Amino acid sequence: MSALLSVENLQAWYGESHVLHGVNLTVAEGETICILGRNGMGKTTTLRSIMGILRKRTGRIEFAGRDMMALPLHQTARAGLGFVPEERGIFASLSVEENLMLPPRVAPGGMSVEEIYALFPNLQERRNSQGTKLSGGEQQMLAMARILRTGARCLLLDEPTEGLAPVIIQAIGEVLQKLKGRGMTVVLVEQNFRFAAKVADRFYLMDHGRMTAEFPVADLPQQMDLLHRELGV
Amino acid sequence: MIFGIPVQALMGQLLVGLINGSFYALLSLGLAIIFGLLRVINFAHGAQYMLGAFAALLLLNWGGINYWLALILAPLIVGLMAAVVEKTMLSRLYKLDHLYGLLFTFGLALAIEGTFRYFFGASGKPYAPPAQLTGAVNLGFMFLPIYRGWVVIASLAVCIAVWLLIEKTKLGAYLRAATENPVLVQAFGVNVPLLLTLTYALGAGLAGFAGVLAAPVYQVSPLMGSNLIIIVFAVVVVGGMGSILGAIVTGYLLGVVEGLTKVFYPEASNIVIFVIMAIVLILRPAGLFGKDA
Repeated sequence: MSALLSVENLQAWYGESHVLHGVNLTVAEGETICILGRNGMGKTTTLRSIMGILRKRTGRIEFAGRDMMALPLHQTARAGLGFVPEERGIFASLSVEENLMLPPRVAPGGMSVEEIYALFPNLQERRNSQGTKLSGGEQQMLAMARILRTGARCLLLDEPTEGLAPVIIQAIGEVLQKLKGRGMTVVLVEQNFRFAAKVADRFYLMDHGRMTAEFPVADLPQQMDLLHRELGV
Repeated sequence: MIFGIPVQALMGQLLVGLINGSFYALLSLGLAIIFGLLRVINFAHGAQYMLGAFAALLLLNWGGINYWLALILAPLIVGLMAAVVEKTMLSRLYKLDHLYGLLFTFGLALAIEGTFRYFFGASGKPYAPPAQLTGAVNLGFMFLPIYRGWVVIASLAVCIAVWLLIEKTKLGAYLRAATENPVLVQAFGVNVPLLLTLTYALGAGLAGFAGVLAAPVYQVSPLMGSNLIIIVFAVVVVGGMGSILGAIVTGYLLGVVEGLTKVFYPEASNIVIFVIMAIVLILRPAGLFGKDA
């Protein structure tokens, strides 16, 4: 399997504070990986560093054969990486539809607006509402939907289930399954590993700015002791 | 007679108020757009307004270019100069405290105004309105100088066009989104640094446009902007920093209020806008249209 995204010895800093201490990870085309770990271990920072939002970083990030370290932030998306932030980043001064249409198309093969509305009927009903008037679950759907339009090949998804009701979490899981069916590559950061177990092919466990374990979903039962100990669940 | 005031005087001052309001609206609109996205309080705005008027004057004197062409060319020239300033200097200050942007643009205004004073002197130079807009029409209750009516219509049209650009177009959606969260918009693949340059150029271009409109009404002088800009900052504060609609509506409103004050209590007409600003700051610190209120 050739890697679509590979990260080698990624180090990153917030100001003087050294938060990533050499992250290594690879994601194959069409694969869904999940980064597990407690709060403050560097999961979000890993995504923000790969995306190029956090600029104070060293190491190597390669995506689709391209060196991503040298690219300015607005070219990362153009290379095919799509980012769904933890806080969702829905714009209050834009309507739902404007939010959906905001990210420029970066490649052919993205979903059409009709397909997106078929997948997320709520968004169509409320397309003229102010973006931030949506419920938390709908905002999460919108944050994902707007990236699916762009033709991004790889989705960086930060804690999509945080604070959401079980029925919404289930819907998000179904959406991720559909995306897998379409060949989308996903890097998922999640604390809820019961949710992640349903969608991820492979897991990384993160601790203090490093990956400390890596295993396929099939090994999850053997790893439960480790996960209970590390995640405190 | 209305409240013991002759209708002619009342209407005359109302018109003066509307004309002043037209300039307040155009200038505070530019300031609001720039502040919204760049978080820079553009103290060079008055100088850019003056540059617009001087561009029209010099285009006429040196190139024989008429008012109508100047109305298009001068804002483009001012906008282009602003783009160069933003790209080469102002953009280096975004990472620092906002105070540096204010200080830089303040210094820039002094430098530009000083340079023009050195070369052209402090006295005002006349700029004749175009032949098509000279004269006046009798409205029955008053004579309306045609050029003054044109100023109100042109500024209103440009304000509405800019408002539509921001509220109804894709570029406007980028601008609104980047005003909220520039990093995320850039992470979506939008060239936000370019958007910042264009926005600064647009704001300055609006000031340049106001300058050309003003040239036949007021005289063209190096300090014409610095006299006006203080009032415009008060307008922006009353409207709410960064509020587009607030800047436009408050601009016209305060112009009219100022005009009416001249009729009813002339002694207060120079300070009425600042009194309103003080009251608004006490009652609604975010401004009449501010979102944090």
